[in-house]
Amino acid sequence: MSVLEAESEALLGAIRRLLAAKGVLNEGEIAQQRQSTDRAEPGQGARMVARAWTDPDYRALMLSDGAKAAEAMNIPMRGMPPLGVLENNDQAHHLVVCTLCSCYPKAVLGYPPYWYKSSAYRARAVRDPRGLLLEFGTSLPEGLTIRVVDSSADFRWMVLPRRPSGTDGWSAERLAALVRPGDMLGVTLPNA
Amino acid sequence: MSFRAGEEVVVKNDWPETRGPAHIRTPHYVRGRRGRVVRRLGAFPNPEDLAFARPAAPRDLYHVSFAMRELWPEGGGDEVVVELYEHWLERP
Repeated sequence: MSVLEAESEALLGAIRRLLAAKGVLNEGEIAQQRQSTDRAEPGQGARMVARAWTDPDYRALMLSDGAKAAEAMNIPMRGMPPLGVLENNDQAHHLVVCTLCSCYPKAVLGYPPYWYKSSAYRARAVRDPRGLLLEFGTSLPEGLTIRVVDSSADFRWMVLPRRPSGTDGWSAERLAALVRPGDMLGVTLPNA
Repeated sequence: MSFRAGEEVVVKNDWPETRGPAHIRTPHYVRGRRGRVVRRLGAFPNPEDLAFARPAAPRDLYHVSFAMRELWPEGGGDEVVVELYEHWLERP
């Protein structure tokens, strides 16, 4: 076997042929799923956040059903776990972690940053979130409760950050360009 | 057992992984701890069976909030919110 024919490729090919033969999944569906996986990146979540900042009805939809809100922005959610959206306000700041493994809202944020799966982030997020946030350069206003959300089971979670001041009259496109992946996990705050 | 939003609950202090192969979505740090139900998130096939390809009955999943001071000796008033299945929750 040459290096161009990996055993895993042969195995994958055999599984795909079996799935097709048994009518579980056809090649078209696999291609479609690959396409939507490739399209998943933080810009998608940022578009949702920017629309929630400018459209109160969309904000309400996003907070009640994140997956429906994603679909309303043409983000494919087929086969994806439910998406919950955590609203930051003047009472609470949310921080997302998965202490058990690496659950991440991939459909709307793409692949996680390298530190998201690290033992250090996972352990410290639930024990010393304020110290952790300071290392990300984030200091929160006094009196804000931190709510750390541990993605331990069947939901995936993203944060809807507060709209930064100095952005009055900005278009949704301009606002979306501000929003970074860390803002949608709660490790950083969007800044105009 | 079903729970209402705002209700106080205690997570079972159970360690099935010490009795044999297990797949558990209840983090160690909340077992035996007291929290409050935020809301019911829905019902999902029990991952503890799903992981072993056994028939997996749907179980209610709840968002449960814990004060940091309930979890850690140095903890303060911040909170940790965890997704927990009904069969891990008890009334205090």
